[in-house]
This record gives sequence, structure tokens and C-alpha cells, in this order.
Amino acid sequence: MLESAEASAKMRADKLSAWFGDKQALRSISLPLVERKVTAVIGPSGCGKSTFIRCLNRMHEVVAGARTAGDVLLDGKSVYGADVDPVRVRRRVGMVFQKPNPFPTMSVRDNVLAGLRLSGITPPDPDAFVEEVLGQAALWDEVKDALDRPGGALSGGQQQRLCIARCLALEPEVVLMDEPCSSLDPVATAKIEELIHDLRERYTIVVVTHSMQQAARVSDYTAFFYLGELVEYDLADVIFTKPSDPRTEDYITGRFG
Amino acid sequence: MPRLHTDRLYEGELRKIREMLLMMGAKVEEMLSHAMRALIERDSELAERTLYIDRQINRLEIEVDDLCLRVLARRQPVASDLRFVTMALKVVTDLERMGDLGVNICERVIELNEEPPLKPYVEVVNMAEAAQEMLREALDAFVAGDAERALAIVERDSKVDAYYGAIFRELLTYMMENPRNIFRATRVQSIAKYIERIADHSTNVAEMVVFMVRGKDIRHVGKLERRSAHSSKPPAEDGSEVDPRPAAEKSGRQDDSDASLRDVMSAVRGPQSRRP
Repeated sequence: MLESAEASAKMRADKLSAWFGDKQALRSISLPLVERKVTAVIGPSGCGKSTFIRCLNRMHEVVAGARTAGDVLLDGKSVYGADVDPVRVRRRVGMVFQKPNPFPTMSVRDNVLAGLRLSGITPPDPDAFVEEVLGQAALWDEVKDALDRPGGALSGGQQQRLCIARCLALEPEVVLMDEPCSSLDPVATAKIEELIHDLRERYTIVVVTHSMQQAARVSDYTAFFYLGELVEYDLADVIFTKPSDPRTEDYITGRFG
Repeated sequence: MPRLHTDRLYEGELRKIREMLLMMGAKVEEMLSHAMRALIERDSELAERTLYIDRQINRLEIEVDDLCLRVLARRQPVASDLRFVTMALKVVTDLERMGDLGVNICERVIELNEEPPLKPYVEVVNMAEAAQEMLREALDAFVAGDAERALAIVERDSKVDAYYGAIFRELLTYMMENPRNIFRATRVQSIAKYIERIADHSTNVAEMVVFMVRGKDIRHVGKLERRSAHSSKPPAEDGSEVDPRPAAEKSGRQDDSDASLRDVMSAVRGPQSRRP
């Protein structure tokens, strides 16, 4: 299935399993994430889709009692290797969360620079850098006269794009998005979706979403998870017109058992 | 069939579309059988009444279109539901066209009933029954979600085409015998043509059923070969024998009938005839 996807994978989960204490959340997931494409992960609550992307940048293990088995490869190399620094992995594989979480009292400009500062880096021309990154996040035109206002003063959709900018400032290779639009209105959602489409030019993107319509709109490839298992993975065009597994069919058409 | 939707209102909407399509199909069948009875029994009043069935079909077409549009807008169907709704939007057009053809048949029947009968119209009635059966089978396959059954109908279309060829050839001989037969013969020929078109529309429905069930498009497969096998060339300018169709000769099936049809045609045209 989808050999071309396998061949052009930027990341790959290889028989990846995950647990919270005794409870197994993921069961031997093998899945390619194609370079410079958008992969959507869909499935009902509790299917393991958020756990899956948190395993991709080693954020799952931060939770007490959580562990993983199997492997995740980034450019063919394990991110779980003994000599790998998880902080370095998280720089290369950035994450945007469900609720916009900019540093609320920090200015817009400082929010963008926060990640670099924490790493002890100052760009040679901070103003130009901030403009470039906010431009990439499709936020520059809206905030260019408000760079000193606190991040918390922006609208919800702007805050989420600020978080995306903060993530992009670290020049990641892969961007993980966990329900990035679930707290946004349709206009802000449309802007984020357009942004996802544009970011595909430079980044490999994984979006976890509850919204089947959103997955159908933004993704190139779609994976359907159910009860911790990968049920089906294919081109989004195929998943939404002619899925092969009846469980996928039932879920995306709204026949919930 | 897949299990029911969690949203029962949505399930009901899809069921309603299905029922209306079946209703349209039943109305077309009714038109066809009434028209044939009107032809055999020379009952123009029945033909007149049958015309009104088309209005019901037209009304159903609008209702199906309307409901499909609402479902697309409000439910955003995907996968098998999406294939079903897009199929319904196409099939409804085929069924409506069949209703129009039913009207045309009734009109020709009324004209024929004004004249003394040309001949017993047995073949036309048999042909209509074959077309009607195709439509019924297509709709049954649609309800059952049975792609195999639908595929069998696609193959049956050639049988109706063969009926048309035979009727056409016979009518040509009537017309050659006596020019006064031409008015009636062309009416009968039109009726046969309308029935042949109804069978074509039934084939379309069957092809859409295959798409709905399997998600695989089987339209226009092998059409080009078929067309080259059926095209007839005009006689050569110098009167020498034209080698018609090597492809058809290989298949050897409809060859003889087509050859005799060409003989009749050249007899009608005469040796000195020229294409403009």
C-alpha cells in the first residue's frame, strides 16, 4: 500500500506502541509521514491520535507512568536512540496545541523570540527575523503595528497563529498540530487551514483533528485510528470517496456503533 | 448494505431520495407498458392519459434534485453516501429523459392510431418489454446494491440494439414497396428509436449503480472499438466495393445483419446517389 508514501517519508512510526501505566493507548502503529505533505490523523476520542503525535516528538514520556515500545524514525534515524537528546528532537519536530497558549504577558515580538532565547540564541537582526516568521504564520499584516502588545491581547485565531509562529521560529522540519482549530471560529479556522496549506511548501505537517471535514479539506494523506489501532491509511482523496475498511466507512459517514 | 446512520434524520433523507428514484422508475415503466397497450389496442385515449405520467416524473425530478442539494449542503456526505448522492443527481436526469421519451412514444402512437395499421407491431412490443426489463433490473440492482446484476444489464443493451436494427430493416422494405407506407413506417421507426434510447438510459443507470457500489467507473470502456465497428462508410465514388469493417468481421456476430442492412441502404440510395 502506498509505496510512494513509504519512499518519501520524512518520519516513520515503526510498530509504535504506547502505554499510560497499565493501559495501552497505541497498538503497534506503523505509518509514514510524507515529507512536505499534510497527514491528518482522525478517529473518535480515546483512539490514541493525540498520544500518537506526542510520541513523535517524545512528549509522551513526560507524563508520569507513560512508556513506549517500537520506534519512531526521523530521516531514517531513531528519535528514541540512547544518544538522542529529546530537547533536540522537539526543536526539529515542533508542536502546536489545541488551546492557543502564547505567553500572555509577553509582547508579540518576545513571544516569537521566546524559543530562541530559551536556547540562548539571538538572531543577528531580530526585527527582520520577527517580521519573516510572523509573515510565514500569516500574522504579520495584522500585528505589525502591535508588536509590543501582550500576546494575550490578540484574538483567539491570532493567538493560535502566534503560537504557530513561535513554533516556526525554531526552524523545525516537522510541525505537529493537535486540534489546532477546535477553539476557533470558522473565519479563524479558515485562516489556519490556509496557513497549513502554505506551510506545506517547507514543512512536513501532521494534524490531529476531530473534524472529518477539516481532514478532508487540508490533508494529502489521512490515517484513521480506532481503539489505539491504525485502521486505514491512504490518500485523503481515497479515504473520503472510497475507503476500503468498513470501520473507516462507518466512522466518516457518521454510522457510529 | 452498510448499517444505519447514527443521525436518523439523515438516514431518513437518504431513504427518501432512494424511494423517489424508485418511484420515478416505476412511473417510466408504467408509461412504457401503457403506451404499448395503446399501440396494440389502438387506444388513443389511453395514450393521452399516459402523457400525464410524465408530469409526475418531472415533479419527482425537481424534488430529488432539491433534496440532494440540501443533503450535500447540510450533511456533507462522504464515501458511499457521497457516491450515492452524486449518483442520484445523475440517475434522476436519465429517468426524466426516459419520461420524455415516453411522451414521444405516446405522441407517435396517437398519430399511428389515426391511420390504418401498417402491420402487427409485435417486435416493437417485444423490444419495449426488453427495455422495460432492463430498467427494472437496473433499479433492483440499485436497491440491492448489487454490482454484478448491474453489470449484466450493461451487456444486455446490445440485445435491444439488435431489435432496433431488425425493425428498421423491415420498415425499409415496407417503405420501398410503397411510398404511402412512409408516414406510418417512420412513426414506427421513431417509436423503436425512443425505446432504444430508453434502454441506453437504463444502461447509464446500471453503470452508475456499479460506481455507487464499487466506487469504480465503468463508463466509456471499449466505446471507441465499438464505434469503429458500427460506423458505416458511404459507397465509394467510383462504385467499387468498399471494404466496410474489419473489426466487425472478426467478431462475426452482428456482421450478417449489418451487411444486409447495407444492401438495403444502397438499394434505397441507388447506384448514382452521392453524398453531399
